[in-house]
Amino acid sequence: MKLKALFSVLAATALIGGNALAADVELLNVSYDPTRELYQDYNAAFAKYWKAKTGDNVKISQSHGGAGKQARAVIDGLEADVVTLALAYDIDAIADRNLIPQDWQKRLPHNASPYTSTIVFLVRKGNPKNLKDWSDLAKPGIEIITPNPKTSGGARWNYLAAWAYALQQPGGNEAKAKEFVGQIYRNVKVLDSGARGSTTTFAERGIGDVLLAWENEAYLSLKELGDKFEIVVPSLSILAEPPITVVDKVVDKRGTRKVAQAYLEYLYSPEGQEIAARNFYRPQDPKISAKYADKFVKTRLITIDQVFGGWRNAQKVHFSDGGVFDQIYAPGAKR
Amino acid sequence: MSASIALPGATDRYEAPSTREPLWVKVTLITLALSFFAVFLLLPLGTVFAEALRKGWGTYLTVLVEPDALASIRLTLLVAAIAVPLNLVFGVAAAWAIAKFEFPGKRLLITFIDLPFSVSPVISGLIYVLMFGAQGWFGPWLAEHDVKIIFAVPGIVLATVFVTFPFVARELIPLMEAQGTEEEEAAVVLGASGWQVFWHTTLPNIKWGLLYGVILCNARAMGEFGAVSVVSGHIRGKTNTMPLHVEILYNEYNYAAAFAVASLLALLALVTLGLKALVERQANRQRREALRERAESSGE
Repeated sequence: MKLKALFSVLAATALIGGNALAADVELLNVSYDPTRELYQDYNAAFAKYWKAKTGDNVKISQSHGGAGKQARAVIDGLEADVVTLALAYDIDAIADRNLIPQDWQKRLPHNASPYTSTIVFLVRKGNPKNLKDWSDLAKPGIEIITPNPKTSGGARWNYLAAWAYALQQPGGNEAKAKEFVGQIYRNVKVLDSGARGSTTTFAERGIGDVLLAWENEAYLSLKELGDKFEIVVPSLSILAEPPITVVDKVVDKRGTRKVAQAYLEYLYSPEGQEIAARNFYRPQDPKISAKYADKFVKTRLITIDQVFGGWRNAQKVHFSDGGVFDQIYAPGAKR
Repeated sequence: MSASIALPGATDRYEAPSTREPLWVKVTLITLALSFFAVFLLLPLGTVFAEALRKGWGTYLTVLVEPDALASIRLTLLVAAIAVPLNLVFGVAAAWAIAKFEFPGKRLLITFIDLPFSVSPVISGLIYVLMFGAQGWFGPWLAEHDVKIIFAVPGIVLATVFVTFPFVARELIPLMEAQGTEEEEAAVVLGASGWQVFWHTTLPNIKWGLLYGVILCNARAMGEFGAVSVVSGHIRGKTNTMPLHVEILYNEYNYAAAFAVASLLALLALVTLGLKALVERQANRQRREALRERAESSGE
């Protein structure tokens, strides 16, 4: 009996022996601005899960910033094992440099977006300017805070949501949408480079009447900064799908593909979905979604594919150099 | 030659009033200067410390020993510990070459030493991304040999060295030019070797100016934000220096921690100012003496 026990211990040691005892793995997750709190929670949960499953210690480092800037850094050599960015186009840009395959978005469920979000308005307590919908933002004298669509993913969602709203109005067309969105951007008071910068400008520095924000960012502001603000959900908004992917070139070089893959897949598990929902991201899992149904207001959500023919097209038409955004927004222009 | 530098010997600390403005002009000017100083310098500085200590000393110390904050402090010290000595050696070498020798391209060299002062820090960072980034000139070669420069400590050091490199040289060049080469020549005539000349003649003559340059260089090395931000990659606990960490904490609604780290930087600034005032007086005396001696010797 004793001998048998000893034997099994020896066998186990031999099995593990190949890769020593508990290995220490490090991952770098390069993410966009408002996911700081989400991944702080999630990284701890995943490390626990991975330890229980494999015995390995995984330590995940985070880097946050405007999504465009972050994608640029990865292209310039920031060694991200995984990227979790604000929109598909920024990851497409990484794919264009052959760091990941072109079909990256097909590799994980739901367009590689484990959680979704939308764009809402954050206004000051009591909604003193009575802002209910996108049309109210175009009125003269309203001061809007939103980040720069050139550098921030969230800002591009903001812009496209306003555009889609104008298109969906009776008699709406591209020319009217351009006029409408132009009016909104003439009301923009401060154009920060990332979503978190805009939130700070609005909430902490007290500038502006309304902040165009990620739903999760707006809820976080309420949570962190008390009830000086209110959330207004417009009649129509956009379904924001912040996608994730492993960066193949990096994980193959560092030998971290397995753990990086597991890291992303765990986001789709009930635990991962629960953490996302707790951090105000809309979960994909119907069960978790039902549980948090009262948190996420139902409104009409259009998708980027329906209205803009996908991110590559939207990027080209609206945000490229000399695109529609450049045509309608001139800093310091007279209103 | 002596006539043009006659001032040092005659200059006293207190000059006779050379202006005859009425009292109210003086009072207005002084009030204006002092209130500007209070509003734009003293008040913000006070705010930093007040905010940092708002939740008490306990919180203050807790947030400073938090692992990411400690990592940022360590990194900042490490970067300064590499960048400052490098610039010290470079600064002395450049100043020596410029002040003691004549060679073609000297004016050009002086101009180029000033380049980091005139270039925006963002560009200082970007040039390294363009050179060493994955898409940059040396990017493919570096990737092949698994050398990481950008988004790692070497990149941060490089950017810091670039931004801080004029400080020592700028401080030494006028001083060494004023001192001239007579003493070194005398030493050489008396049989001193090159190193002996440097250690026993040149270095004692420039030590206060050198120290002053090093203090300024160090302050900037620890406080640099722009250039470092471009090459850092912002990986918390790894490539965040103190100034970058302050920004991150602030953006995470963690105001107490942000101001606590900021207060360390502010403390550094105050210590620097104190040291600077002290050393500056010595450095000025050294320069005045150099000028006076030259004036006397050439006058005889």
